[in-house]
Amino acid sequence: MSKKDIMICRCEDVSLEDLHNVLNEGFTSIEEIKRILRVGMGACQGNTCNLLVQREVAKFLNIPLSEVKTQKVRPLITGVKLKSILENANES
Amino acid sequence: MKANIVIIGGGISGVSIAYNLAKKGMKDIVVFDDNYMTGGATGRCGAGIRQQWGTLMNCKLAKMSIDFFETAQETLEYHRDVEFKQEGYLVVATTKKEDEISEKNVALQNSVGIPTQKLTPKEALTIVPHLNIDEVVSATFCPTDGHLNPFLMTDAYYQAAKKLGVTFFYEEKVIEIVTKDKQIKKVITEHHEVFTSKVVNVAGGYSREVGLMAGVDIPVFSENHEILVTEPTEKIQGPMVISFSKNIYCQQVPHGSFIMGRSDLQALHNHDIGHTHQFLDEMAKTAVNLLPPLGDLRVVRQWGGSYNITPDRQPIISDTDQCSGYYMGVGFSGHGFMFAPITGILLSEIILEEKPTIDITKLHIDRFKNKNLQSYETNVV
Ligand SMILES: Cc1cc2nc3c(=O)[nH]c(=O)nc-3n(C[C@H](O)[C@H](O)[C@H](O)COP(=O)(O)OP(=O)(O)OC[C@H]3O[C@@H](n4cnc5c(N)ncnc54)[C@H](O)[C@@H]3O)c2cc1C
Repeated sequence: MSKKDIMICRCEDVSLEDLHNVLNEGFTSIEEIKRILRVGMGACQGNTCNLLVQREVAKFLNIPLSEVKTQKVRPLITGVKLKSILENANES
Repeated sequence: MKANIVIIGGGISGVSIAYNLAKKGMKDIVVFDDNYMTGGATGRCGAGIRQQWGTLMNCKLAKMSIDFFETAQETLEYHRDVEFKQEGYLVVATTKKEDEISEKNVALQNSVGIPTQKLTPKEALTIVPHLNIDEVVSATFCPTDGHLNPFLMTDAYYQAAKKLGVTFFYEEKVIEIVTKDKQIKKVITEHHEVFTSKVVNVAGGYSREVGLMAGVDIPVFSENHEILVTEPTEKIQGPMVISFSKNIYCQQVPHGSFIMGRSDLQALHNHDIGHTHQFLDEMAKTAVNLLPPLGDLRVVRQWGGSYNITPDRQPIISDTDQCSGYYMGVGFSGHGFMFAPITGILLSEIILEEKPTIDITKLHIDRFKNKNLQSYETNVV
């Protein structure tokens, strides 16, 4: 299967080829890759793609997976509608 | 290591200055940043660019910057799309006083060629049909305001500066600036000692500390401002909608998500960049009230970042008599991203002792020696 057809991030449509291109440009930190490709910024907040991206970084740098930092975890854990937040705010 | 100049901070201001200096032929430019690229305010910002300001200086700075952004993609020969969009800012007035001020601001903006128009609430609806006009007294609209992707814009400057020979060190902190007789001698980082006679402080939220490293007292403080982003949705809103009285800015970016923020009027002066549930609550109330259909959008992420603020809320772009060879571009409040092109141009002119493109006496740090500041920017969220 071509690298173009292997999807790394389903939320933001990022392929393995996109990821390899950015690694080859010299961006090897998860935070920078996230900001350029949006991997980890979509609806799943990186729950699906993060490990895949980390693995590729580890392979690229030839270092153990455990040495690749994860992205900073930010709220919310799951998407919540603004009007639900509003309803709860009014309750308290 | 030796350098002609050391730039401290590789956010949008730092990369813009590096690019402008290198383009003018300066060699041996070194940039240090203690974070990943855009880890400071630049990567945390609302990504809005506007020219609707309340002081002549801010109007000029914004207009010249937008002029650059319009062709930045080609000028910097960047291989990705910087996601520049010009679909305007709709500034909504909800009080009589705000309405009166906006009248003056439109005249001021028009005087320097910024095409802002004043609108009735009904006219505003033709631009943003889902706007709740119940409390809207009037609005102003400038069609050439808009949005730009801050990560990619920073990368565009960074790549162009690198091609011109600039050396960058990210994830490397400057810990000391050595001076002698009020002259810069050396910059010490976690991994390098750099002999240099010039330093530029574009350290964003930490610019006060980076000033003190060289004995330079800069009257700025930092304050946390929170922001959130929703899931992407089909396009429903062209312009940024902003209201100073309602304390909200909200824009749909080309990617489809909405970015929105507001200020905490009780924010403390410190380096906090955290996130709170109070912000989420207040943001939801304000956004759903002013733009009701947004209630159906899911928030996916929230974060905070530092505004670096001067007493008159206009930036400091200058050298200083406190230390020769020391330059700064600091105190950008909530508008340093959109001002970055002109920041880079002006500082490169100051550093290379050229005549500045515009008279920038009012941006000099010395203005704070005079206690009676004249112009104060009130058009801020
Ligand atoms: C929530 C929010 C929304 C905003 N919205 C907008 C907007 O819509 N439009 C707009 O134009 N502006 C906006 N701003 C303001 C804008 O983000 C900033 O004014 C701008 O990014 C400043 O850029 P900078 O390069 O000067 O600073 P920064 O991007 O903060 O860069 C400074 C860098 O210096 C580094 N540094 C600090 N100390 C040291 C040291 N000792 N050694 C090495 N490196 C160091 C930091 O790590 C940082 O990366 C917003 C800001 C926030 C927080």
